[in-house]
Amino acid sequence: MEKILNQTDTPNPNDWLNEHGDYLYRFALTRLRDQHLAEDAVQETLLAAIKSSDSFTGKSSARTWLTGILKHKIIDLMRRAQREQPLYDEDPPEEMSEPGMDEFFDDSNHWTEKPSSLGDPARLMEQQEFWQILQGCLDRLPKNLARLFLLREIEEEDNETICKELEISATNAWVMLYRSRMGLRKCMEMHWLKRTSAERSGM
Amino acid sequence: MSCKQASRLASQALDRPLTRRERFAMWLHLSICDPCSQFVAQLRLLRTALQQQLRREEQDESVKLSDSARDTIREKLHQH
Repeated sequence: MEKILNQTDTPNPNDWLNEHGDYLYRFALTRLRDQHLAEDAVQETLLAAIKSSDSFTGKSSARTWLTGILKHKIIDLMRRAQREQPLYDEDPPEEMSEPGMDEFFDDSNHWTEKPSSLGDPARLMEQQEFWQILQGCLDRLPKNLARLFLLREIEEEDNETICKELEISATNAWVMLYRSRMGLRKCMEMHWLKRTSAERSGM
Repeated sequence: MSCKQASRLASQALDRPLTRRERFAMWLHLSICDPCSQFVAQLRLLRTALQQQLRREEQDESVKLSDSARDTIREKLHQH
C-alpha cells in the first residue's frame, strides 16, 4: 500500500479519517445505535476504501464514495449482530401468538389501552422536547429491532432487499417491524403524552 | 377482523402490498374503529418524524469519534 500513500494525487486515508471520520461515525451510529459497532463500521470502511481506492474516480465527492462503502459495512455488521442474537430461531408462528404482543391486547383482541393522538404533527416537530423523547424511545427498543426498523423507515429500501441482505425471512421481518412500531408508539404515548398532560394540569 | 389483526395488517401495509381482500377488510374495520384509526395515524406520524430524527442525529456535530477510537483506526490504517 506504500505506493498509494506516496502518490500525491491519491487521497491519503488519514485525510479521509480527519475530514470525514466524524461524519461517517455519526452516520453509522445513527443506524447501528451502538458506539462500538459504529467505530468498527468506520474502521472497516476506511480499510476497504484503501483496498479499492482505484475505484474512486473523483466523479463523486470522497464523502459520498465513503458513505456508499459504509452503507454496505453497516448491513454486514447488522447481519452479524442478527446472527449472534436472533430474535427467533426460526420463523415465528403465523397466528396471533406473537411474543410481546399480549400486553397490547386483551383476551378478545381489543386494545387494552386505546391508541390516542400524539398531537398535530407540524406543531410536534417544532418542539425540541418531542425529539428528545423520540430519541429516548428509539434507544429503548431492542437494538436488532431498532436497526431493522430504521433501515426500513429511513433508507426506504424495499423489504425484500433488506431481508435478502440480512438473511432473514419476510415473515420474520414483518413481525420485527410490527413489534418495533408497537413499542415505539407505546413509549411515545407514555412519555410524550404523559408529559403534555402533566404540563397542562400544572398550568 | 379484530383490532389485533388490524394493527398487524396496518404495520404490514407499510412493508408489502396488501391483497384486495385485506385492503377491504382493513377499510371496513377502520371505518368503525377509532382506536385503530388513531394507530394508523401514529404510524404515519412516527415514520415522518423518524426520518427527520435521523437527519438531526446525522448532523449533530457534537457527536464525534472518540480520541481513542480515532487512534486505533489510524494505527490500523498505517498497518495497511
